[in-house]
Amino acid sequence: MILYDYILSPSCYKLRLLASLLDVPLELRAVDFHPGREHKGAALLALNPAGCLPILVDGDLVLTESAAILAYLAAQSGPNWLADGDPQAIALQQQWLSFSHRLAEALGGARLVEMLHFDGDLEALQSDGIAALRELEAALFTRRIAGGTFLVGDMPSIADIACFPYVALAPDGSISLDPYPSIRLWMRALRSLPGFIEMPGIHRLHELAPDPFAKDLS
Amino acid sequence: MTPDSVRNAWYPVGLLSDLNPDGKESLLLGETITIFGSDMGEPRVECGGRGLPVVPRFGHLWTSLGAPDKDLFTIPEADHPDRTLVDVGVVRVKCSPLRAVENFLDIAHFPFVHTDILGAESHPEVSDYQVKIRDDVDEVWATKVEFYQPQAAKSAGGGIMTEYMYRVPTPTCSILYKTCPPRPGEWDVIALFVQPLTEDLCDVWPWMALFDDESAMTDLIHFQQLIFLQDRSILESQIPKRLPLDPAMETPTRADLTSVAYRRWLKRQNYTYGAQLVAG
Repeated sequence: MILYDYILSPSCYKLRLLASLLDVPLELRAVDFHPGREHKGAALLALNPAGCLPILVDGDLVLTESAAILAYLAAQSGPNWLADGDPQAIALQQQWLSFSHRLAEALGGARLVEMLHFDGDLEALQSDGIAALRELEAALFTRRIAGGTFLVGDMPSIADIACFPYVALAPDGSISLDPYPSIRLWMRALRSLPGFIEMPGIHRLHELAPDPFAKDLS
Repeated sequence: MTPDSVRNAWYPVGLLSDLNPDGKESLLLGETITIFGSDMGEPRVECGGRGLPVVPRFGHLWTSLGAPDKDLFTIPEADHPDRTLVDVGVVRVKCSPLRAVENFLDIAHFPFVHTDILGAESHPEVSDYQVKIRDDVDEVWATKVEFYQPQAAKSAGGGIMTEYMYRVPTPTCSILYKTCPPRPGEWDVIALFVQPLTEDLCDVWPWMALFDDESAMTDLIHFQQLIFLQDRSILESQIPKRLPLDPAMETPTRADLTSVAYRRWLKRQNYTYGAQLVAG
């Protein structure tokens, strides 16, 4: 499987992340997205007329939507990452996958304007991004009170992986995550999964530092 | 009023390969500038209707708001015909331009920010190195810097002891010379050119001149963007925002010798843009 990849793209990262969590090897083909705009060149437009990344090529199959690629990787190598059987879980997973597009447009858009000089209405993007974060915070809070950690069901799923990168990188678009404790706990749970990999701006968990206020109880 | 040392310095304002004949607005030291490319090959920069001096060099266009008293620095090592010249592209960072340069000069953060690439948590030691303000050229130099690196460059197969030299030729630019895995005896050149938009906002233009016959250009760009973007999130959270030039403000250790010399050099030439002079 070949992934047309950009190291700073959250949408590409979510596929690298799931592949690593599932221990699936991906052949990465680096695309000069910035500054070269290679994704708008003839060769890549032939693969994806929408002119964006990621693109996954597996034999004759060409996939250009990150949610579809997450579903494909999970169906092949990690079926327990896909909601199955329970109609409510299947529907909620689809809903979060759609929601992840809102995150990509708003938070991802603000990030491209703030970081890489892309055109866009920064204030509108940030305002849409904050509205989406508040919705996610409310949903995760409700899940937490009911004893859940992840978006759907008892286990992490492709819904979590689809939403995680743009949320974690919100500060790149000058949107603070400080007001969202449930989101931060959820991100911490994802970062602690075995096989988790980082990307620039999303750090791995380091060992907890000793508590500076700890009393010597010995 | 901005000091002359600040106005008269040279600053990068764009990639030569990406100039627009219709003009593109940007900021330099808080002032609006317009950068014009040209089909005739003569780019120009204007500020309030006034033409500014320009120099095309190292793949970028350089300008100054004042009257530079010296020519833009050169990097003779970068002229070798076998080198691949890499325009990495711009990244905007919400930090003082001086903080961006100082971070580039620091090695102690490698194991923690660039874990398993430029450093390993098992090898955090910074051994002794030499730092000088070279009065003949008015530049800061750090030499004999050695560090263990798991993946020093795109072309490095595994962990090696890497030797570094750092050079600060002008307050918002730094050049790093480092061991070149495919060519022992030669140095890879990695530069950080910083355009100060305001005192706490900058555009950073990394640029490289490498001996690397193996890696594709895009892989080289991605490697440098990966490293720099790992730094970016740290840079944006540094406090105080402006680089303190008062030694009472932060306590350096031996590993910070380059930074100590850099701050002293800035203070000596009254380069205060993006800096804070007194603790407060």
